[in-house]
Amino acid sequence: MATLNLMVLVCLAYVALLFIVAFAADRLAATGRSTWLRSPLIYTLSLSIYCTAWTFYGAVGYAARSGLEYVTIYLGPTLVMVGWWWGLRKLVRVGRSQRVTSVADLISSRYGKSNLLAICVTILAVIGITPYIALQLQSITLSFSIFFEDAPVGGFSDASVVFWVAAGLAVFAILFGTRNLDANERHHGVVTAIALEAVVKLIALLAVGVFVVWGLSGGVSETMARIDASPIGEWQVNGSRWATITFLAVAAFVCLPRMFQVMVVENDDERHLRTAAWAFPTYLLLISLFVVPIAVVGLEVMPEGSNPDMFVLTVPLSQGKDTLAMLSFLGGFSSATSMVIVAAMALSTMVSNHVVMPIWLSSQADRASVSGDVRHVILLARRVSIAVIMVLGYFYFRLSGGGAALASIGLISFAGIAQILPSLVGGLFWRGATRSGALAGLTLGFALWLYTLLLPGLGGGLMPDGVLSDGPFGIGWLRPQALFGIEGLDPIVHSVMWSMLLNTAAFCAASLLSFPSPLERLQGAQFVNVFDHSAGPRGWTGSVAQSEDLMIMSQRILGAREAQELFQREAALQGGRGHLPEPTPMFLERLERELSGSVGAAAAHAMIGQIVGGSSVSVEDLLAVADESAQLMEYSSQLEVKSTELARTAKQLREANEKLTQISLQKDAFLGQISHELRTPMTSIRAFSEILRDNEGLGPTDKVRYATIILDEALRLTRLLDDLLDLSVLENGQVNLNMRSGILGDVLDRAISTALAGEERPLVVKRRRAQEGVRMHTDLDRLAQVFINLIANAEKYCDSANPELTISVHDVGGRLVVDFIDNGSGIPAEVQSTVFEKFFRVNAEKAGGAGLGLAISYEIMQRLGGDIVYLQGQSGGAFRVSLPLEGDRLAAQ
Amino acid sequence: MGRHVLLIEDEANISEAIRFLLTREGWNVDTHADGSDAVELIRAARPDLVILDVMLPGKSGMDILRELRESDGLRDLPVLMLTARGQSRDREMAEKAGVSRFMTKPFSNAEVLTAVRDLHAQASRP
Repeated sequence: MATLNLMVLVCLAYVALLFIVAFAADRLAATGRSTWLRSPLIYTLSLSIYCTAWTFYGAVGYAARSGLEYVTIYLGPTLVMVGWWWGLRKLVRVGRSQRVTSVADLISSRYGKSNLLAICVTILAVIGITPYIALQLQSITLSFSIFFEDAPVGGFSDASVVFWVAAGLAVFAILFGTRNLDANERHHGVVTAIALEAVVKLIALLAVGVFVVWGLSGGVSETMARIDASPIGEWQVNGSRWATITFLAVAAFVCLPRMFQVMVVENDDERHLRTAAWAFPTYLLLISLFVVPIAVVGLEVMPEGSNPDMFVLTVPLSQGKDTLAMLSFLGGFSSATSMVIVAAMALSTMVSNHVVMPIWLSSQADRASVSGDVRHVILLARRVSIAVIMVLGYFYFRLSGGGAALASIGLISFAGIAQILPSLVGGLFWRGATRSGALAGLTLGFALWLYTLLLPGLGGGLMPDGVLSDGPFGIGWLRPQALFGIEGLDPIVHSVMWSMLLNTAAFCAASLLSFPSPLERLQGAQFVNVFDHSAGPRGWTGSVAQSEDLMIMSQRILGAREAQELFQREAALQGGRGHLPEPTPMFLERLERELSGSVGAAAAHAMIGQIVGGSSVSVEDLLAVADESAQLMEYSSQLEVKSTELARTAKQLREANEKLTQISLQKDAFLGQISHELRTPMTSIRAFSEILRDNEGLGPTDKVRYATIILDEALRLTRLLDDLLDLSVLENGQVNLNMRSGILGDVLDRAISTALAGEERPLVVKRRRAQEGVRMHTDLDRLAQVFINLIANAEKYCDSANPELTISVHDVGGRLVVDFIDNGSGIPAEVQSTVFEKFFRVNAEKAGGAGLGLAISYEIMQRLGGDIVYLQGQSGGAFRVSLPLEGDRLAAQ
Repeated sequence: MGRHVLLIEDEANISEAIRFLLTREGWNVDTHADGSDAVELIRAARPDLVILDVMLPGKSGMDILRELRESDGLRDLPVLMLTARGQSRDREMAEKAGVSRFMTKPFSNAEVLTAVRDLHAQASRP
């Protein structure tokens, strides 16, 4: 029996060997002389971290308990490698072309770089993987305890072993997983170390198998006979469990963060997949070859009640083969450590990139520039994450007590990780998949997995007792292991069925119902059509000459000053102040980010792509850009329309307001005028009426005189009222025109006799009757009213000693024109423009009327389709009346 | 205090009615129908009372009143203002300009007489 010291020494020596291998590989990779490091063989061997301690120890236990069902665990990856290698190739191509760092990053990147999704996947992965890490720790402890179960050494306990193992693994993972921040996130040292471990565990298991078959059973045929005789051969195959577990193995192989790490992130060359497609299934075949023999022989050889999970160790030990047992122990140790190291690395990348960094960056947002110390922060975040993940695994191990069978913990973990599958596969093959779909599917599947599998599986206090048997709140159809009344299913089958069914359904439904953003659409196109426009990994690369183009473009988008500042800042960061910065990938990414703030992510990407040429601008890119710019343009044109509408409305309002003010002023003035015109005669009438009433002693002459004044003023009032009424009717357009035919001369005759009637010394009217034979069709009475007004005005206001009025008739441009020109001094030039306004009077003293005559004449002429204007440049008062000439014209003969 | 009134009014009939009323009260009434030279006339004639129409040809009664109130010796001259524009704004403007009494046409003869008597009595007080 080995001593504790020897065991610890062997472990330490083994770990030291791993350190040396990893260190050497890193050095080799750095010098670039490491072609064998990048061989498909190393790649294939690194894939073997799929085979953890669960596989190493647990498969035998699984076979001992459930017969051939353990095969499903190997069947899944084999199916993927053989039947779906083209899907894997796409995954690897996408992962490399998008420079994806983890499965969470892949999902986030596919769905429009949504960090929320990345956080979801990260949380899911941490919760799903922690039990798995605990499982590895448990297996190491178990294997230790096998060696010392009979003679526990003082001071030695399971917990302390686990603690030191966990700490050691954390140190290893930190040292080799976070040594640098390679843009490609590749870790040659770690990969080489786990490849070595893959060899160790395969050799160990094969050695034990050979020992069991040829050493204990005495040959192949004897072993086959023993198998036939053992109860394993009689196990019933449970179809639904087989299908479910095979499916889980498929899903886990693709989605497990550590598998993604070695398969996609650490992949150096896509062609390695071709080798791995046959080599890895072969590896699986070899490692599973002796599982059944070991189980069968173990069940025979070992005493009743021995833990079949440990047969790989206990069978050699029981036969006194300590060296073989030690090799077997190292195999198990290798399985556990390689899994823990890679899983911790993968998880820490996710935690630091999607949880810690966004928080740190947003807390640094006010410091504007992201300087060089980001790298330190990222590395620190990863190291702390690794430590925290190991601590989580350690505590899970301590709390769970390590009781559950290895296989069941592994399956629960697989079922959790499988929830990523719909979003991942959908994202790779279905362009219609959207962020909302992924979010809905992931969260629903995750919740169902928690509720139907993880919590009931953990037992002990995490789920109230009644819930499992009666459902929450006594609702039977919500029982975690019999959802919707479906009973009697295996818990794993039940959980996987419901979670995957609803996950996929939610994913599809929400994807169909939601509309992808341009960036989502762009990423979707790049993922689904990855083979159309990518040839392996690419970032932004460019030459200095392109910097100028970039500068010109940036100035257009960001503004000249901002762009110059940005470029100078970048140049300073690169160490060459004042010059254009080199178009390094980091600078281009930052520039893209700056630009996307202005023009949108897709547009920024396409613009830089066109200048730098590192990216082919696909039709999808352009479509997305067009979408975005169309949205922007539509938005801005909407704004433009709105602003012109606003300006127009404001102008209309202003104009309306001015008009109203003017109308209000005019109305006030008009009312004041009317009031004045009405009150003035009334004042005289009232005053003289009172005088007549109060003074009886007035002489008869005075009486007559005062009564005459009263009468005149009353007539004046009447006239005023008539005029006002007339004007009001004309202005409101309610006038009824009495259209008749007549001769112009006749109308003038009537107007002159009316206007000058009763005048003692009327002005002389000069006419040329020869011109006046024009026949018109119009309202002859209204026309006469205009003429009367003009003649009466001449009579009243012509200030000549021998007043004369000349009336002449012309045909001007097809219109009948009648001019009235007197020999007085005319109307002063400064008021000529207002003669047609209401209450216009040149001289109030002389005015008998209210000053409405010309305003009325103007309105009448408008109604008749004609016009009346004041003729400038004549010696005296001069008005021109014009009418449309229609119908027959009788020129004077 | 004398009884010389200067009536500035462009409506001849109204002038005649007021002249009739005030003459019988013992006033010496002068009338003038133009606004443009009214201020000079008042300055020269130094009446005891001015009756002023608002709407006058040449210069509005409101402007005449303002000029009077800015001239030495005419600040306290009693001015009775008449208007036919029935707007309250005119009364406010007139009061601001320092009118002694403001009346809207048409008025009753008794109102005019009362106003004239009041103004005369106020001016006669020491």
